[in-house]
Amino acid sequence: MSGRCGCREFTRAELARRSLAEAGKGLPAIEPGMPAPAGTGLTRRSLLVRGGALALSVYGASLLRPRALLEGIAEAAGSQGRVLVSVFLEGGIDSLSVLAPVADDTYRRMRPALRLAPGDGPTWTEDPRLQWHPAAAPLHQLHGEGKVTVFPAIGYSNADQSHFTSRHYWEVGELSVRANTGWLGRLLDVVGSNDNPLQGLSLDGSLSPSLATARVPVAATWGPRYDLWAPGVWGEVEDLMFETFSRLGVTAEGSRDKQLSGAGRVVRQAGTLRSQLQAFSGEIDSPVAYPDDEHFSESLAGLAAMLDAGMPITVASVGAPGAYDTHDEQASTLGQDLAQTCATLLAFQRDLEARGLDDRVLTMVWSEFGRRPEENGEGSSAGTDHGAGGCAFLIGTPARGTMVGEWPGLGTLDEDDNLRSTSDFRAAYCSLLEQWFGVDADAVIPGAGGFARPALIG
Amino acid sequence: MMGVSVPVHRGRFGAEQAERLLWRAGFGPAPGQARRLARKGLRRAVVSLTRPRGNARLRGPAPHDEDGLPLAPRDAWGHDHLWWLDRMVRSDQPLVERMTLVWHDWFATADVGQVSLNLKQNELFRKRGLGSFKELLLAVTVDPAMLVWLSGNQNEAGAPNENYGRELMELFTLGAGNGYSEDDVREQARALTGWTNDWDDNLGMVDFRFDPERHDSGRKRIFGQAGRFDWRDSCRLCVEHPAHAGFFVERLWSYFIPTPPPKRTLRELKRRYRREGRIRPLVEAILMHPALYEGPRMVKPPIVQIAGMLRARRAGIETDSWTWIADEAGQRLFRPPNVAGWDEERWLDTARIGGRWTAAAWNTRENEVDEDAYDPTETAEQAVRKALRFWGSPTISARTRKELQRFARRVEAVATDEWQQGTYRALRQNALRMLVVMSPELQTS
Repeated sequence: MSGRCGCREFTRAELARRSLAEAGKGLPAIEPGMPAPAGTGLTRRSLLVRGGALALSVYGASLLRPRALLEGIAEAAGSQGRVLVSVFLEGGIDSLSVLAPVADDTYRRMRPALRLAPGDGPTWTEDPRLQWHPAAAPLHQLHGEGKVTVFPAIGYSNADQSHFTSRHYWEVGELSVRANTGWLGRLLDVVGSNDNPLQGLSLDGSLSPSLATARVPVAATWGPRYDLWAPGVWGEVEDLMFETFSRLGVTAEGSRDKQLSGAGRVVRQAGTLRSQLQAFSGEIDSPVAYPDDEHFSESLAGLAAMLDAGMPITVASVGAPGAYDTHDEQASTLGQDLAQTCATLLAFQRDLEARGLDDRVLTMVWSEFGRRPEENGEGSSAGTDHGAGGCAFLIGTPARGTMVGEWPGLGTLDEDDNLRSTSDFRAAYCSLLEQWFGVDADAVIPGAGGFARPALIG
Repeated sequence: MMGVSVPVHRGRFGAEQAERLLWRAGFGPAPGQARRLARKGLRRAVVSLTRPRGNARLRGPAPHDEDGLPLAPRDAWGHDHLWWLDRMVRSDQPLVERMTLVWHDWFATADVGQVSLNLKQNELFRKRGLGSFKELLLAVTVDPAMLVWLSGNQNEAGAPNENYGRELMELFTLGAGNGYSEDDVREQARALTGWTNDWDDNLGMVDFRFDPERHDSGRKRIFGQAGRFDWRDSCRLCVEHPAHAGFFVERLWSYFIPTPPPKRTLRELKRRYRREGRIRPLVEAILMHPALYEGPRMVKPPIVQIAGMLRARRAGIETDSWTWIADEAGQRLFRPPNVAGWDEERWLDTARIGGRWTAAAWNTRENEVDEDAYDPTETAEQAVRKALRFWGSPTISARTRKELQRFARRVEAVATDEWQQGTYRALRQNALRMLVVMSPELQTS
């Protein structure tokens, strides 16, 4: 992740910028063109999981065993709800490597070291000028089955080249540094329920800013696990301990003291969440084999199992493995990370198909921006700097499978010599909201009326 | 004008009330401390917290990291957090640390990339946290960490940056939209111009100073008044604004008592604040108010709960893990989520309960009772008492005690085999320690 342009180097200025951004208050004007710092926003690491004072009240004070609980949840939630999984490629993936214009003279000139050769990977059937990276072959395979909608150049005009700012825009669904709820969080505020934290599940151990809600509860877990470990307690005594933990919650919840009652609710809810997810805390029994890449595949395998068990999940978020901020040595790292990500995404799709869930799950794969067409450095150390237009994918059986926005070519770049975008991420959000969730995009995306509605489904 | 005095708690002030006071005004009692404090009576107890004599002393085992090395708050990752957590655990002036935490939240400044600046700001809060609010505000406005955090050092004549000016009113002195306009924001920004600093390749940001060249010396119009205002006027105008006293009193109150102040109390506290402008007498009035002792419980902030667990055990900082654990529990020091500080309405949710559980487990681990040599005859009552003693014998309600004893008896009921008699009782003790400190009751005070 160390970068020639210094973007990942821990210089003091960079640290200042990063830490401010991480604190979610926007960015200081250290680099030209950055938006002015704002006093609100989202924390990356420790953003509170909203709505914790609420509870899974459908289960009342019952202390059912996990199995009965699962059945109860399936019944309560109905297992037919549509699901959107957000997969984030952190760092800004090089779209010109994922879908490479291998025969384009400008590309060959700008990428003497990094260019892919004709025949290295399969051709993209929708635009034969472009060729998949060999590591993205699983996407090619799914695309051939009509299950991948490709955005070959997605972004927004006057793209911000800060990781944090651009990512923030994608997360909140608008070009505002002050926004403090995520676009998926706002979706849940519209369609979600007051008592089901599982409806918005962040699988990376802290709340994904995209899922930050204003009103309804959401949950954060590490993979499919919500383990509470007590040293020196096991077996029957452990079971009794957790039962008592939940009972203490129920007892306190009945108190007239509002704060005590709120604490009781959350304790009971924690006990419930632990029981709900206990079944997924061991080995996940998947009908298909996943690549052996720990967190990402475990999260998606767990997610498929949870959906199969009727868990009332509407949106889930997980980060892809790898580091896509490839300022140097891009050739050696990108292929590996991309291969791992794509192989797992394929396994997840096959898992959903095997479980008969594929008609109700879509996976959106996105990154904060693409990378500069002109490579930096030489030979094996060559990399690419931050760019503008990038790529995104919508994967799933219900996906329409036809590209959104055309490939703009390298003949005319934007004023920063970056790829122009031919589709807007906010338009994609509007379409997902309306075509997938049947929700009026106006209620979720500011200025929704001004965006096109590309056909994404069917 | 006739002075209407603020009500003072006249009911019982025993160990239970003193315990609550120590949680609200500090980081919970060390074993026996609540009983000792109760013996002073309410007024002397409160004053002993608000007017400590001399410098704070740190009592108990000195902190160290995972490798047994002393903390390096300026240099090592997470040690800023550990350094302050240690003060919370060991200082004999708990209210001073608690007020420092109040101001850290009020003027929420996260890591500005140069830890020394954040530590310096922390010292400012500690030193001035009970004095004049106006003096504190003036000092914070030109505090280097704040100048970086809210762009005060980027704010210059001709190119005003509204960042600090806006938050000064919205978050620090008046409340959102409470008696100011967007024009006031712009004019405040102009008044606040002039601060800058240098960059040194070795030292980072240095020499924070007011540079008259960068200051917009023209006339400004703020809250309907006109003048060649500067940063001092900016602060003064906010503190003199009619909406300020109400905002100040209610916000300060909310750190100690979860219900809003009764009308007459609010009126009198505002009057007192307008007259004196000082923080200490208000804190004293709040800490003696009946609403603190007779009103509902209050969720303990995560860092207070964590410091309190260590205090209850007379334990010190022995691992770096308290940094990530506090983060999981929702309150890593020097990392407020944004300039508005932590959301005190949302201290608890499933993820954060998970963090508190982890914190509890890190207290009980390595203190587990021996499964192979445990008293096979211990009764349920004895077991519960012992678990409570582990945490310094906190007060718990009859209902919670009943639930714990029920658990203890049920363990005995399932311990049917000979070997289980001692072993299960050992597991029971380990479990009870978790249940006590994770009970909803003890998430609150």
